[in-house]
Amino acid sequence: MVLYELIDYSTLKMIWWLLLGVLLIGFAVTDGFDMGVGTLLPFIAGTDIERRVVINTIGATWEGNQVWFILAGGAIFAAWPPLYAISFSGFYLAMFVVLAAMILRPVAFKYRSKRPDPAWRNAWDWALFTGSFVPALVFGVAVGNVLLGVPYKLDTDLRMTYDGSFFGLFSLFSLLCGLLSVSMLVMHGSVWLVMRASGDIARRARRAGTVAAGFGILLFALGGYLVSTGFVEGFRITSEVNPNMVANPLAKQVVTEGGAWMRNYAAHPILWLAPGIGFLGLVGTLLLLQTRLEMLVFAFSKSAVFGIIATVGVSMFPFILPSSIQPEASLTVWDASSTHRTLFNMLVATAIFLPIILVYTAWVYKVLWGKVDEETIERDNHTAY
Amino acid sequence: MHRTQVDYDLKRGKMMEFDVVDLSRLQFAMTALYHFLFVPLTIGLSILLAIMETVYVMTGREIWKRMVKFWGTLFGINFVLGVATGLTMEFQFGMNWAYFSQYVGDVFGAPLAIEGLMAFFMEATFVGLFFFGWDKLSRRQHLAVTWAVAIATNFSALWILIANGWMQHPVGSIFNPDTMRMEVSSFYDVLFNPVAQAKFVHTVSAGYITAAMFMLGISAWYMLQGRHLRIAKRSMAIASAFGFASALSVVVLGDESGYEANLNQQMKLATIEAMWETEPAPAAFNVVAWPDMEGRDNLFAIEVPYVMGLIATRSLDTVIPGIKDLVERSKDRIRQGAIAWDALQTIRNDPQGVGEDVRATFARNSDSLGYGYLLLPYTDNPMEATAEQIDAAAWSTVPNVLPMFYAFRIMVACGFFFILITAVFFYYSSSGQLDKLREKRRWLLHIAVWSIPLPWIACEMGWFVAEYGRQPWIIESMLPTAVGVSSLSVTEVLLTLAGFVALYSVLLVIEITLMIKYIGIGPDEDETADDARETSARPLAGPAPVPAE
Repeated sequence: MVLYELIDYSTLKMIWWLLLGVLLIGFAVTDGFDMGVGTLLPFIAGTDIERRVVINTIGATWEGNQVWFILAGGAIFAAWPPLYAISFSGFYLAMFVVLAAMILRPVAFKYRSKRPDPAWRNAWDWALFTGSFVPALVFGVAVGNVLLGVPYKLDTDLRMTYDGSFFGLFSLFSLLCGLLSVSMLVMHGSVWLVMRASGDIARRARRAGTVAAGFGILLFALGGYLVSTGFVEGFRITSEVNPNMVANPLAKQVVTEGGAWMRNYAAHPILWLAPGIGFLGLVGTLLLLQTRLEMLVFAFSKSAVFGIIATVGVSMFPFILPSSIQPEASLTVWDASSTHRTLFNMLVATAIFLPIILVYTAWVYKVLWGKVDEETIERDNHTAY
Repeated sequence: MHRTQVDYDLKRGKMMEFDVVDLSRLQFAMTALYHFLFVPLTIGLSILLAIMETVYVMTGREIWKRMVKFWGTLFGINFVLGVATGLTMEFQFGMNWAYFSQYVGDVFGAPLAIEGLMAFFMEATFVGLFFFGWDKLSRRQHLAVTWAVAIATNFSALWILIANGWMQHPVGSIFNPDTMRMEVSSFYDVLFNPVAQAKFVHTVSAGYITAAMFMLGISAWYMLQGRHLRIAKRSMAIASAFGFASALSVVVLGDESGYEANLNQQMKLATIEAMWETEPAPAAFNVVAWPDMEGRDNLFAIEVPYVMGLIATRSLDTVIPGIKDLVERSKDRIRQGAIAWDALQTIRNDPQGVGEDVRATFARNSDSLGYGYLLLPYTDNPMEATAEQIDAAAWSTVPNVLPMFYAFRIMVACGFFFILITAVFFYYSSSGQLDKLREKRRWLLHIAVWSIPLPWIACEMGWFVAEYGRQPWIIESMLPTAVGVSSLSVTEVLLTLAGFVALYSVLLVIEITLMIKYIGIGPDEDETADDARETSARPLAGPAPVPAE
């Protein structure tokens, strides 16, 4: 008996599917409001001092939030190697666009305040906008494509060939998902600004957040309608499933059919909680954003992000990356993971470090908490962004 | 068996065109070398900041706080580009090296993920508090934050070098024909890989020197200008002591890397030395040579007898194999690899029905599977390879000798120069004679200023020797680089390569401009009582007229 056999292989696969969700939701909940704030920046704040207020609500903490994204990349590499290989090489140019945009973000935060020149500062404001809006859109479009199935094939060497193009990523449904992602993050960013800023900026943020929540409700409902009516086809495994199988994605049979993404809800009605929480969060934010219940609205906004992403996950389970042109090569929870041993070792590492991360992150937020306004910027003129 | 993309790409590679493999390698080299412009300074300067702030908290003297803030500003300008370019590094294994990622993710992914969990989160979360927390934390709390940033930064070097060390020396893993990938057999062996440990200490020491030379050079410039003398002298004292210790360790630990290379990557060592023939032990060290790849010999060489054998084997009688002997040895492994490759085709075409004898044949030869792949550019069926094809594949295991030879020598020369210059400055600062430098030894200060780029050159050369020297392997002896590539089109990779070059160039220009601007502005000079006392006690420390350069 070796240590890693303490936990069954199929259980570990399940745990890592949940952890994948935790990482993506962690990223969207934390860096999500940074992206929302960055997207709003050029529109919600006009003067330099207003823009500095907006930037400094996230300036000291956004960098830690972005690590959720980097960690998601590393954890997918470790726990779901074929997913890492196929998704990033398949979405090659889209990934480049995301990276190029995200590269602008750290630089923009740091360099903007290094020169007083208005043209310099304005250029970095638009860099921040690009580094926030573009990833928010492309991540949503990517999720849309995953729901539709991605055009890739695997040969028996498990070498992937991709049969799509960059512009092929943009379909009606995937754009809908992209816009839902933008609405959700803009709403989340607005709620953040209501909490951390005041005066005119908070007032404009309330308005922007309300509009974004409204769009979010419409788009989420429309997406659900398209999936449930079979306009967007889902995938279903037709061969026998052995959750303890070795990880080779080619050992199963899969069909595409309308309504397949609804099967899990029929089998386990409790899963309706996921879209339910998503809608509750969106509606709660829409209704309460004009009130003074800032922390409650933030909780609703976080629930919306959680619910929407969880909905994608549970609809597709056990699929994590379906192939539209060779469905049997789709990646599922059961056949696309690392080995039993690696999943166990990584779980130990996560169990040790994730709680530590949460503790010090909470402490840092607590130290830096407080409203940012024009006075605080002028007081800390040298240190503030 | 149907033709795979890789056969096609490898065939085209033979015709000396730029293909997807070359372009992907170029892009990886470009983005990694660029990332590595910022990382060593971050690694070293974070520690120096923590040391200076420790002095501040222990002595309570404000000048040390101003030093931390000043060097911290430069640290910040550098740090963000390390973060920005690090994003690319985390994802481009999957983007450009998809088959590699699928092939080794079970082993290679874990250290990357742990790097995120253990290092990146800590570094990125506390770095914000380092800059914004001065008024919100007690002195001790802020000091703890600074140390957290420094430790986390060094941890990230540890984990990425565990990953890289495994590519150089793939221990603790085995190829599984049912999943078509390498899988972990001992996580412990991967973590405590001797190559990774040697690389880690060598690389962080290089980072420490980079930061020390940076601080030394800028401080020397202030001294030449007669500005910020009190901060410059203190910075110089810290930088020269820290730099001297690091320069000694980088050379000693680099030697450890060379020793490990002799055990595990003999071809790398032979090309570094341009040693074509096996010599009787102990082998001579080529100081200067002109290696000729075509003629497979050196056109000329100046040798120092015995030195090479002593460094690489630490003995008088162990023979170091030359390039030609290593090529001969690889022929046996290529033949074995062809057998493994052939057995693997049979297994993967019918994983359930295949006989135990085929699996046994594969298991016996699977260590050499990577060598079997080396035949794919020359033949569709490695089992039928001719003697000429095997010869060509064997010679493809030799990286180009000339750049290896000189890149290594430039790096080593820089290393010895760092020992010398930090020793000189350490002598002047520890004997309290830094003012004498300003009066009588200004040329020494000039040398320190002009030496600022040298650690970057040494670091990039070190990366080149380690990574180019591993070619043609992406995983040493296990997977050729050309097999690891993604199935992309030339146009796609050209587009992203051009995009990265353009974006990175613009950012680098902006970074250097800002760096120069903030070095020009210099630290805050705050004439508190503490400062004034010292200024009057030491006349030379006052604002002196700027001498004509």
